[in-house]
Amino acid sequence: MATLELQLSPHRSHVRTARLVAGALARQVGLDDIVVDEVKLAVGEVCSRAVRLHEQHAPTTFVVVTFCDQPDLAVSVRDACPVTTAVSADMGALPVATADGAFGPALALAVVAGLVDDVAVEPDPDGSGGTRVMLRWPRPRAS
Amino acid sequence: MDLSVSTRTEGDRTVVIVAGEIDVYTAPKLREQLIDLVGAGSYHLIVDMESVEFLDSTGLGVLVGGLKRVRAHDGSLRLVCTQERILKIFRITGLTKVFPIHSSVEDALAATD
Repeated sequence: MATLELQLSPHRSHVRTARLVAGALARQVGLDDIVVDEVKLAVGEVCSRAVRLHEQHAPTTFVVVTFCDQPDLAVSVRDACPVTTAVSADMGALPVATADGAFGPALALAVVAGLVDDVAVEPDPDGSGGTRVMLRWPRPRAS
Repeated sequence: MDLSVSTRTEGDRTVVIVAGEIDVYTAPKLREQLIDLVGAGSYHLIVDMESVEFLDSTGLGVLVGGLKRVRAHDGSLRLVCTQERILKIFRITGLTKVFPIHSSVEDALAATD
């Protein structure tokens, strides 16, 4: 079963909460400080993307963040927004900034792909029509 | 809000001191400050990131937006950052090639390129 699940109403102020929870769990499983920071950044990026999509397309629906700490630290972020372009975790070229310099949600995934070895992006298996992003970090092995 | 922005002028440069977390929620505050500065005629900005505890891609977007705005007036935007955990996101996105990054405000003030 999941260790912990957050349902975020799509307000940007909640992304920090998800980051802090991710950081707390990452420390609990014994990841070192540098990796804890990476976990917080990656989870924050994925949640920011989902919240921004929900603001536009599903403002009354939760973004669901699920954490498991066994066998590894696994975090999944599910959103309910259909994307018309293929969602890819490939780095590829950075998305072009809009006129005022604001990058869209695709940059968040590009950052995540650069930070996390184990990223999976797929249609939400719960059939919401949105996307599930899974991030995974191996637990440190006992020495 | 977990972000504070203050400014001071040094000749024709403006030092923008940012403290706290720059994320999807707080980044608009920094964006507005940069827009106001450029609107008021400050085209040479030095953004001191040494007290920034967190920076995400939204924050990067705001900095890129600031850079584009000052460049439209032949200005400059330099960063001061020695924190590896903040520099990391610039490296991952290749933006270390876009922003001049200095190890101190003094260094940034002395730069002429």
